[in-house]
Amino acid sequence: MQNEKVTVTVNGTRYERVVEPRRLASDFIRHDLFLTGTHVGCEHGTCGCCNILLNGETVRSCLLFAVQLDGAEVRTIEGLGTIDEMHPVQEAFMENQGLQCGFCTPGMLLSAVELLENNPDANLDDIRSAVSSNLCRCTGYQSIVESVVAAAEKMRGGER
Amino acid sequence: MKPPPFTYARCATVDDALAELAAHGERCKVLAGGQSLVPLMNLRMTNPERLVDINGLTALDYVRVEDGILHIGALARHTTLRDSDLVAEHCPLMNAAYQYVGHKPVRNRGTIGGNLSHAYPASEMPAVVLAVEATMVARSASGERAIAAEDFFVGMLEPELEPDELLVEIRIPVRPPGQGWSFLEVSPRKGDFALVGVGVTVNVQNDVCETVRIAHCGVGDRARRVPEAEQSLLGQKPDEALFRATGERASQLVEPESDYHADASYRRDLVRTLTRRALVEAHERCG
Repeated sequence: MQNEKVTVTVNGTRYERVVEPRRLASDFIRHDLFLTGTHVGCEHGTCGCCNILLNGETVRSCLLFAVQLDGAEVRTIEGLGTIDEMHPVQEAFMENQGLQCGFCTPGMLLSAVELLENNPDANLDDIRSAVSSNLCRCTGYQSIVESVVAAAEKMRGGER
Repeated sequence: MKPPPFTYARCATVDDALAELAAHGERCKVLAGGQSLVPLMNLRMTNPERLVDINGLTALDYVRVEDGILHIGALARHTTLRDSDLVAEHCPLMNAAYQYVGHKPVRNRGTIGGNLSHAYPASEMPAVVLAVEATMVARSASGERAIAAEDFFVGMLEPELEPDELLVEIRIPVRPPGQGWSFLEVSPRKGDFALVGVGVTVNVQNDVCETVRIAHCGVGDRARRVPEAEQSLLGQKPDEALFRATGERASQLVEPESDYHADASYRRDLVRTLTRRALVEAHERCG
């Protein structure tokens, strides 16, 4: 099978790689770019752990082939913030116990970022609807919803 | 959980894609949003030799109204259609149904053409296009043909498309003045496929039902209308008792199957109740 060349910008850095067409974007990001913050759960689009932002929109990276990233602008969880300088959504999840085991968190945070960047005044229904796309087996979602509410306040307050 | 090897063709134009399909036919699969195809490949339930990626065919990503017809390009994404003012105004049934479709990351990527070509029986859009009597436009290297929604869903995952054909457009007559609509669904979780969904359009003239279309998804091997139940309403004065009887009739006409989500008798119960409720709601929206 013929391999394909991919040129993609991830979190502001340009990467060029040669991949097998069947290489999933999720595996490409983890194993070829070594960005292991993107998690892999179900590998059929249900759990949301592998969410990335593709040209500004959340997508399941396990339902995308790496070749399809050619020319795209991707943001992964690594592009959100650092331990020292967290994104308001990360800060809010930390302060409100929006995670326990943390496996779903990268995908959850990206769903929250997409929602709040497009709709800073998101109400509870909007928030519940957004996080319903990500499976969390620990929290029962209450603290996640509270975290996103707190993040919205932070972001409206002008932090980033 | 990784797909088997395949070769990949990135297409820039509709003609490129049609040439690929003409050359490779049944050995290849069209890759649109990939939200149904890629899970099947990851689970190794399908094994195409070649993928024809049509995501570059931006010419097929549109929604417009011309001469009383809502034209939707096959590559229009679910998010676009769910948020579209044109869809909300001219096909409110589709807008209503989109409240039940998937989750944001899936809608961002999934396309209406891919959804309909997948012909999944529990998916919402097949019921919508049946209830508004849409027309599917398929193109191949040798020409174009129009297929009535009624004839498009042949069986489980089986659309009326030849291996060298690409669904390029969905044409929907704009909502006639006064037409009522309703889409209702019960699913295990929000965003899941329907256990049962029902799409209804109703026109009432001089206080009697003039046209009625009722289409179900989630029951049987494909989305289907229930013509006998529809006909029992024609010329009748709409009221709750009549709608109740129609729901009962519909529940006898459908042929649901049992699976681990729900057994056939529960699906029949849902058809009865949802059909009645949808008729009531559609009637309230008439005029």
